[in-house]
Amino acid sequence: MDRNNAIISVRNLVKNYADFTAVKGLSFDVYENEIFGLLGPNGAGKTTTLEIIETLREKTSGEIIVDGFSVDHDANEIKRIIGVQLQAAGYYPNLNLVELMELFAGLYGVNIKPMEMLEKVNLQDKAKAKYKALSGGQKQRFSIATTLLNSPKIIFLDEPTTGLDPQARRNLWDLITEIRKNGTTVVITTHYMDEAEQLCDRVAFVERGEIIALDTPDNLIDQLLSRGFERTKEVKKANLEDVFINLTGKEWREG
Amino acid sequence: MNKPYNHTKATLALAKASFRSIMRSPSAVVFTLAFPLIFILVFGFLGGGGIKVDLAIAPGSDLQNPVIKALEETAVINLVKNKSKTEIAQQLEKGNIAGVIDVRKNTVPQPAYLANVQYTSASMDKGNILKSVLNNLMFMLNTRDLKPSVAEIRESTVHGRTYRTIDFILPGQLGFSLLSTGVFGTAFVFFSLRQTLVIKRFFATPVKRASIILGEGLARIGFALLGAVFIIMIGHFFFHFTLIHGIVTVLNMLVLSIIGLIVFMGFGFVVSGIAKSESTIPPIANIITLPQFLLSGTFFSIDHFPVWLQPISRALPLTYLNDAMRQVAFEGAGLWDVKLQILIMLIWGIAIYALAVKVFKWE
Ligand SMILES: Nc1ncnc2c1ncn2[C@@H]1O[C@H](COP(=O)(O)OP(=O)(O)OP(=O)(O)O)[C@@H](O)[C@H]1O
Ligand SMILES: [Mg+2]
Repeated sequence: MDRNNAIISVRNLVKNYADFTAVKGLSFDVYENEIFGLLGPNGAGKTTTLEIIETLREKTSGEIIVDGFSVDHDANEIKRIIGVQLQAAGYYPNLNLVELMELFAGLYGVNIKPMEMLEKVNLQDKAKAKYKALSGGQKQRFSIATTLLNSPKIIFLDEPTTGLDPQARRNLWDLITEIRKNGTTVVITTHYMDEAEQLCDRVAFVERGEIIALDTPDNLIDQLLSRGFERTKEVKKANLEDVFINLTGKEWREG
Repeated sequence: MNKPYNHTKATLALAKASFRSIMRSPSAVVFTLAFPLIFILVFGFLGGGGIKVDLAIAPGSDLQNPVIKALEETAVINLVKNKSKTEIAQQLEKGNIAGVIDVRKNTVPQPAYLANVQYTSASMDKGNILKSVLNNLMFMLNTRDLKPSVAEIRESTVHGRTYRTIDFILPGQLGFSLLSTGVFGTAFVFFSLRQTLVIKRFFATPVKRASIILGEGLARIGFALLGAVFIIMIGHFFFHFTLIHGIVTVLNMLVLSIIGLIVFMGFGFVVSGIAKSESTIPPIANIITLPQFLLSGTFFSIDHFPVWLQPISRALPLTYLNDAMRQVAFEGAGLWDVKLQILIMLIWGIAIYALAVKVFKWE
């Protein structure tokens, strides 16, 4: 993996909402084919940053290049090569999942088999269901399926595992790893640190619109330990999540 | 990856999705089909109760003859007797009465009577009803008493058609159906797509805004045309709605429907832009649709309205759609014959879309 080939480069990104500055001069690169995590507390500016890169929001200042295209001039080129899962989004009312997939295929101008896309996220049994009738986790999975339609070079996942059960979360990790294996770059936000540690090649910690740390999870942990950090309580060899997985099995849940 | 993005494909995909969604939305079906059909059924079964044409009897006219008797028995005709010549002339000028009839015993034995009818240009639509009724009547009278012809009408441009209530009601209902589909449907769809972040997700794809508008518009036009065909067919086959040139008339009506719908959708875009919440859409939309429903000649000819109200009626786009529809359907007018009505609708269209561009919101 060529670690020095930046597919996204963000320089001095600033975003003001009226008189409130949500993003204060962010600069970072995302390398080709890595899984890059944006971590940080609520309101830190993660979604704002992602949506500016996705060309869905206007920036106040700064420069962003996505695969050689500038967000200022080539928004449409960028939209064609990215897949976007929004933290909050809706889908056309009264349509079932297959029909929604057909709609998105048209919007992206691609030919796909709706069922195959649904199978990727294990929703083939819900093909005739309406989006509204899905459970929270199924909605998330459907959302992710729509990001894969145009075989994007980069996908953006904004809290894709929020609300998922432990199995679904793990299965989604497998899916994301799989997507990356096929050559796609992944930018993800999450509030689960185990997830970031497991998935991400590099993570950036954002707080109040500024990056306060950016490195591989390993390095960040080592740095912390080298500063003399110790956990207050020794952890057991298993945790409650292991118990959950062990008791309920590894498969996706349909219900 | 390098092949150019296909905007047509995106637009059609949206149109298809939207059409499916509309067909599954109960409120759309109710507004477009059920309401107009209910009115059509009610008026269709009520029969001739709807329209009255005032016909004055000239002073000095013979009153004891089969023509006047038959006219008295005709539900559509309201005979106005005992008016002076000057009164009649005044009312003719204003269009308050549709015509004046003067029946005289003939000096030669055949036909037995001569009927002089004078129409007024101030009430042309009524005049046309009158012509049809009279012609029908004469035909019946003349064939009933086969021997000496009872009367002959001295009139040249007569069409042998019966003007039924349905011929008035159906175009009005069709117009109103288009108005409510255009205004309510469009307003709700764009408001809720924006509110539920469906449009935001669309914007993450390469689709153009114009494609979204166009796709939605196509779906709504397709749906409304289906509704129009359905309404026309029910009217034609169950209630004898007159389609003079058959399929050509239907096609002309559909073209008018499209023009009307596009104008009304403009109102819908404006409403979706200025509505603050979903619950404020119906009142705002009603402000636009109700006055037109009442004042545009949906149920009654606007000639019956007080004089001060008529200029308002004549300013509304639905008035012209209804008028054009009736002329096309009953009088067999071509689209070129109703160019004035079309022009006025187009002027409305330009004005309303200019406003829509200003107030429409995407997010
Ligand atoms: N449309 C908006 N108008 C005004 N302020 C906004 C808007 N969107 C976001 N903000 C503000 O900008 C800041 C950053 O919001 P953002 O959604 O980017 O946070 P986030 O890091 O994604 O948080 P979370 O983890 O809760 O998703 C917040 O303080 C938020 O209130
Ligand atoms: Mg967020």
